[in-house]
Amino acid sequence: MRAFTELYMRLDATTKRTEKLTALESYFRSVAAEDAAWALYLFSGRRLIRAISRRRLRSWAAEAASLPGWLIDECYDNVGDLSETLSLIVPSDSEGCDASLSQVIAERIKPLPQLDEGEQRKLVMQTWRDFNAPQRFLFHKLISGSFRVGAAEKTVCQALANVAGIDAAVMAHRLMGKWEPTAADFERLCDQASAANDPSQPYPFYLASPLEAELESLGDIADWQVEWKWDGIRAQMIKRDGEVFLWSRGEEMINEQFPELVAAAKRLPDGTVLDGEVLAWEDGRPLPFHMLQRRLNRKRVEMMLFQDVPVVFMAYDVMEVEGADLRAYPQDKRRARLMQLTSEFDANLMTVSEPIDCESWGDVASCKQQAARNGTEGVMIKRRDSAYEVGRKKGNWWKFKRDPYTIDAVMTAAQRGHGKRATLYTDYTFGVWHGDELVTIAKAYSGLTGDEIREVDRFVRRHSTDRKGPVRLVKPELVFELAFEGIQPSERHKAGVALRFPRMARWRKDKPAKEADTLESVQALLAQVEARQ
Amino acid sequence: MADLIEQRDKGLYCAVGDFWIDPWEPVEHAVITHAHSDHAKAGHRRYLTMADGVELLRLRLGSDITVRGAAYGEGIDINGVQVSLHPAGHMLGSAQVRVEHKGQVAGVSGDYKVRPDPTCPTFEPVPCNLFISEATFALPIYRWADSSEVFAEINAWWRGNQAVGKTSVLFTYALGKAQRVLAEIDNSIGPIFAHGALMRYEAAYTAAGVRQPPLTYCEASAVRAQNGAALVMAPPSALGTPWMRKLGKVSTAFASGWMTVRGRRRQRGVDRGFILSDHADWNGLIEAITATGAEKVLLTHGYSAALARWLREMKGIDAATLVTRYGDEDDDADGSPERAAS
Repeated sequence: MRAFTELYMRLDATTKRTEKLTALESYFRSVAAEDAAWALYLFSGRRLIRAISRRRLRSWAAEAASLPGWLIDECYDNVGDLSETLSLIVPSDSEGCDASLSQVIAERIKPLPQLDEGEQRKLVMQTWRDFNAPQRFLFHKLISGSFRVGAAEKTVCQALANVAGIDAAVMAHRLMGKWEPTAADFERLCDQASAANDPSQPYPFYLASPLEAELESLGDIADWQVEWKWDGIRAQMIKRDGEVFLWSRGEEMINEQFPELVAAAKRLPDGTVLDGEVLAWEDGRPLPFHMLQRRLNRKRVEMMLFQDVPVVFMAYDVMEVEGADLRAYPQDKRRARLMQLTSEFDANLMTVSEPIDCESWGDVASCKQQAARNGTEGVMIKRRDSAYEVGRKKGNWWKFKRDPYTIDAVMTAAQRGHGKRATLYTDYTFGVWHGDELVTIAKAYSGLTGDEIREVDRFVRRHSTDRKGPVRLVKPELVFELAFEGIQPSERHKAGVALRFPRMARWRKDKPAKEADTLESVQALLAQVEARQ
Repeated sequence: MADLIEQRDKGLYCAVGDFWIDPWEPVEHAVITHAHSDHAKAGHRRYLTMADGVELLRLRLGSDITVRGAAYGEGIDINGVQVSLHPAGHMLGSAQVRVEHKGQVAGVSGDYKVRPDPTCPTFEPVPCNLFISEATFALPIYRWADSSEVFAEINAWWRGNQAVGKTSVLFTYALGKAQRVLAEIDNSIGPIFAHGALMRYEAAYTAAGVRQPPLTYCEASAVRAQNGAALVMAPPSALGTPWMRKLGKVSTAFASGWMTVRGRRRQRGVDRGFILSDHADWNGLIEAITATGAEKVLLTHGYSAALARWLREMKGIDAATLVTRYGDEDDDADGSPERAAS
């Protein structure tokens, strides 16, 4: 329990992925396989059965600490977490328990559901005496089924892959399969010998670069293929050994989120790898990105959502056919193979991103302008004779994005930045008018020059009206043009909308605050955007 | 009968003696419990404080203030009221104020802790009828470990950082906590550097006979030249500033009672939180309050309402809350001088 508690605290204390990786790796390396197996189980978001209700736990703690219930509530209000509150109030001088994680689970956690209330109480109280406060905190989390850890599953997977000396993609595939928190299964997960020919292995994606130069600088348009730039999740569809693997660009396997795509791809011949985009899709048109997010955030997709948010795999490239790596082939040739492969599919599940007919660079420019209307982000420009490269190699794939949406908003609050911007007020909150009130619409911290930031900083210091923790409320006077990539309805935001990637496009020194946009005009923009898609 | 000490607009007031205790607005005659800025304000005509605190008060409020220093236990007559100062154990020169008139005794605690501190004499309970106590950490979640345990952790953290070549940066309040840490930390581990905000109090501490290890003003290049062997002491306001970045590879920690709560630790954004406070914890508050034998208890700052209710219900003491301008439940309430300064 000591090593596990220390690991938890280390993960909790840092936001840096590299430090989390180091902590996880040293844990996996140093503990016994059965403990590592349990830690992995818990870190993968799998939970132990909730053995004891929070109410019961609270009342035992009150009894153990001889404190009235209302005082425990006061403490809870202050701490904000019941497991932590109770860990702090129960009296104990223990310096902590030396038993390992797997022992604690076997002796103190797993038996709980089978015990009667009196025996449960005895075991819990004994554990309080034996554990120190951080251990009690984790114990409470584990027995109440609310254990969460400050490390993404992907990070845990990467750490384990590093320890095992195998590829992270292979590890992710193994973790998706069946395994139990036992030493034997853990050793099987880390087995190096069978890693080499894992069928799930994806290729590194080729990433397009933003086109900043003039279109004409690309030369003859006949050398280029133009496609829409779809606003979905970049993904790789793999069919090997009779199995389908759908990988997101974040190197996460997303089979569970999109079961209908996986089922459809079963028809692909073995030894096929496609590059494309998962899109929320209805009647041959993309649905807004936030619809897709609803699918992505679920591990298991409920039937309802399945029907509400239909999805498609929009293929635009092929890297492997019949087990052969095609990445060195020119774009045109790969495209031809792609068309053959996908011709017989239900176009509502698997389709191909068709090239757009453009005869001049002027056509390309006008396509980009139309992009918002058909729910895309702009256009992609790919060199016809180019190979499928690795990573963000410039020159063969360009993304040419449509102009962002903009609104004029009033700065209402400011907060200091991070790192070298820590002494300056660089992170701002913006509002739009709703009657005489400013409703918060977005936060943004990029887009201004150094001089502008210093000028705004001076304004913030001189016109601060109130403080809320690190945030300074300011006199609503400065107007900024905010640019953003998308707008969607949101229940979490007071304004009822959320902006995607907002940043400051311009400081509108010419505009008085009163003339900034209104909530009504923003809602109208949302309605417009939704109607188009 | 009116209480010997009452709350007025400018702070705690003794009407019979016509003097104030830790007033927050300028008055004629102020008795100051200790030099932290939420208790010691500028602008009073005359100050009375414990002798060891005189120099600290001058450093904070200006050398031109009119201040009288009194020894612990020394009887002072103010307009017929007997006033004396008694150890509060909070920091150098910190005192409780005992006020006696016609057989009635009132005690004002200021900030205090009941556990020992090498920089000042230990808290002594003052029997009284009315006790006005602080309540900064008045919830049972706040229970301090022995400081030897905390310093073992701090020393281990410093050594661990040395082993991986990271400079240890420990954030503490610049006055009081910092000097206590310096007095208790194992200074054989490595060289200690201090941010300017701390350096200014060193002479006053040494002059008062408090043992302090050798301390060097923190120049970034000198710290880096130690290749991670050094400890740097700094005030919380330096956290995340460019000053810190110049130190090279660091591990950061914050020492405060507030570090008990995970959420507060995370808010601070430091690598480690050490639970080290110069205030009484839940048990310490109850111990101190009951030791006075006071029949009436008034509680200032912190979780005063919870403690007042507990004292009424569990101990039958007439206890209530006073709304003052000392500290508050904010992160910086730990007697933070930076709070008022920023």
